Amino acid sequence: MRIELTDIHKRFGPVHANAGISITFQAGSIHGLLGENGAGKSTLMKILSGYYAPDSGEVRFDGRPVKFATPAEALRHGVGMLHQDPLDFPPFQLLDNFILGRNHGIRQRRAEAQREFVDLCRQFQFDLDPEARVSDLTVGERQQLEIARLLWLGARALILDEPTTGISAPQKVRLFATLKRLAEQGKTIIFVSHKLADVEELCHRVTVLARGRVTGHAQPPYSSGQLVQMMFGQIITAGARPAVGLGGPLLELDHATFSDHNLRCADLTLNVAAGEVIGLAGLEGSGQKLLLQGATGLLRANTGTVRIEGADLTHAPYRRFLQAGVAYVPADRMTEGLIPGLTIEEHMVLARRGRQPAVIDWKAMRAQAERGIGDFNIKGRAGTRVEELSGGNQQRTLLALLAADLRLLALEHPTRGLDVESALYIWSRLLERLRQSTAILFASADLDEIMQYSDRILVFFGGHVLETLRLSETTTEQLGYLIGGKKQ
Amino acid sequence: MTLPRSRWLDWLAPFAPLLIALAFTSALLLIAGAPPLATFQKLITGSLGTPGKQADTAVVWTSLVLCSAGLLATFTAGQWNIGIEGQIMMGAIFATGASRFFLDDTGTLVTATPEVMLVAVFSGGVLGGILWALFAAVLKVFGRVHEIFGGLGLNFVSTALSIYLLFGPWRQRTGGTLSGTVQFEPRTWLPTLEGMRVSPLAIVAALLVIGALYLSLHGTVWGLQLKAVGRNIRGAYTLGIRTHRMLFSAYAVCGACAGIAGAYLVAGVHHRLIPGISSGYGFLGILIVLLSGFRALWVIPIALFFSAVSIGSTALQLDLQLDSSVGGVLQAAVVLSVLLVQGFRERYLKREA
Repeated sequence: MRIELTDIHKRFGPVHANAGISITFQAGSIHGLLGENGAGKSTLMKILSGYYAPDSGEVRFDGRPVKFATPAEALRHGVGMLHQDPLDFPPFQLLDNFILGRNHGIRQRRAEAQREFVDLCRQFQFDLDPEARVSDLTVGERQQLEIARLLWLGARALILDEPTTGISAPQKVRLFATLKRLAEQGKTIIFVSHKLADVEELCHRVTVLARGRVTGHAQPPYSSGQLVQMMFGQIITAGARPAVGLGGPLLELDHATFSDHNLRCADLTLNVAAGEVIGLAGLEGSGQKLLLQGATGLLRANTGTVRIEGADLTHAPYRRFLQAGVAYVPADRMTEGLIPGLTIEEHMVLARRGRQPAVIDWKAMRAQAERGIGDFNIKGRAGTRVEELSGGNQQRTLLALLAADLRLLALEHPTRGLDVESALYIWSRLLERLRQSTAILFASADLDEIMQYSDRILVFFGGHVLETLRLSETTTEQLGYLIGGKKQ
Repeated sequence: MTLPRSRWLDWLAPFAPLLIALAFTSALLLIAGAPPLATFQKLITGSLGTPGKQADTAVVWTSLVLCSAGLLATFTAGQWNIGIEGQIMMGAIFATGASRFFLDDTGTLVTATPEVMLVAVFSGGVLGGILWALFAAVLKVFGRVHEIFGGLGLNFVSTALSIYLLFGPWRQRTGGTLSGTVQFEPRTWLPTLEGMRVSPLAIVAALLVIGALYLSLHGTVWGLQLKAVGRNIRGAYTLGIRTHRMLFSAYAVCGACAGIAGAYLVAGVHHRLIPGISSGYGFLGILIVLLSGFRALWVIPIALFFSAVSIGSTALQLDLQLDSSVGGVLQAAVVLSVLLVQGFRERYLKREA
């Protein structure tokens, strides 16, 4: 099935997620969709699979314009989507999960469905037992189940969103073989990824998205350098940050392992000196956040040790870290950093450290809030609720809440979503802290930012540090390769 | 942008829920063949018409205000403390347990003075309420049991415990016909106004409790931290607030208020423990706090409306042969229409924006 997207637009509030995207996906080919997080890939694929309706633009299947309002309708038109986290039903038996979604007829003919399921599995050499439970499957097997299900429901085009995340190497080989066979059968395969190597190995054609637009197309043989450039734009290498002498060891991680429900970042060994700036590069969700939260006590280390200025805080509660002068500034300001519904001055009260009188002296707090507002150029008043502030002013508020005498500051995407002026302002305030030899750890998707301010760069890929780089011996292009998981 | 229309809506909005509720209830009454106007009139005269009726209304009001005050703490912390019914019940059980140190089998005071016993009874009530509330909090914080399910379960447990006590260890030795423990002798009762059931002391206490909640939620670090926990627990934790401790304190405060209400129902209203002594006041409290928009001072008049409807509806049965549940229908209709109008306005305003 030939899929043509013409001038697709989709906005979410102020964000123009898809700003006039036109792409044609040919039948019988594997088409890669490449781009970093926030480039607009997911939005586009959700439009194509019926989760969102586009604000404007046209979708044509085999030349005929189509419109659909739900994923089920999209599937009736022949488009099936395989999500990064498979949307299956873990307590079910495979066969029940397989039958689910075909809801015509009252009684499902299990025997017939089972026969067809086994046929499909044989055809693609999937080793799936219809009696087994979904919860016992690996991610790779769940993908196979989902592929079989979508094909059985009549999908003629398959969208795969980051399908190689979380599956083993042999499963990846199997998956690629399956996709190639499906393409040979004339199916349209759309392979969404940010992994250069996977895309280069598999795809017949690649389209790169950045900032909601198509920034280029490529066909084999691919040039990684060219793809990196299309993904990240023309990169200008800026001068290094002003030099500040490094002090003694501030943060010491010794074979520390941190994990949350979907990622494990194992065996981190890192020494950060007072006054040092460490940039954490990598695609989002590669382990940077685990390190930031682990270093600030928000996540306990599963193994290994965490020391702050020589004190072993491995098993210490978060409050001990705060007392040691550690602070964490999250990327998701409104869900992790600020309290929606509370005002700037109320945040000032909450952020105070040490013993406080039980009754709030609102007059004094208002004065303090107004000082912070003036000091950080926040466009708002002491009584302004934080959700009414713009992103840049929310970030300034978060910085205004930080104690003056911090030892270690961990920031996740400190300038994401900010305009250039705000970003420069934020960094000027951060760099001031280096003079008190505060150490700074920050994660960013902006390679310029990483290159400009870091003394050292850790490149994360899939939950481990792929490479530790000194700024002086790194080029932005090299960084781009590493982020895509390719060592040169 | 249709300015006149939105202004008209703004003006109407505060009254709309009441009008909707009255219209809905009137329609139901008409279907049931009852005269709506006379019914509403009866509701008013039945609850506020005579000093005696006013006193009865004040008794219900006292319990409702106490429960609502406690719920303000848990709601501020973002918790649906459905378990408040059980906390009232446990307050009443512990209060009765405390009274048994002072009374003999016939309910006569045998040790200490009435004042000492009252202090013990109310202390027992507070303790029982707090324990039961902390139980729900522990289930929530450490057991990851949602407070609605935990609270609901604990409500059943507390009811079962009261039934066990009433038909087991605490049953009347003298073979009284009424269900419940033996009645306390009158000199141990919470002092009331001459010839009425209402205790001025209890009214003052309820006002003090709601006033204390108002002040601590608005003027103290504790209140602000509680608000932060309720609105964004992750953000609050990152800011360095001890979120678990805050949740426990909110439940403890609510349990204490519910416990006072339970002890009041024992010492000031029924003068003994009876089955179902919590009478749904906890649930009504939830509705009151929802209606108040979590504003402490609004609780006072709204609780008055609810208690008046509750007392007035008992008169319906006597005078109009209408079931007293008409009052419950009106209360529920008011809450639903307030939520409906709120939702409508939010949606409408969002679209305008």
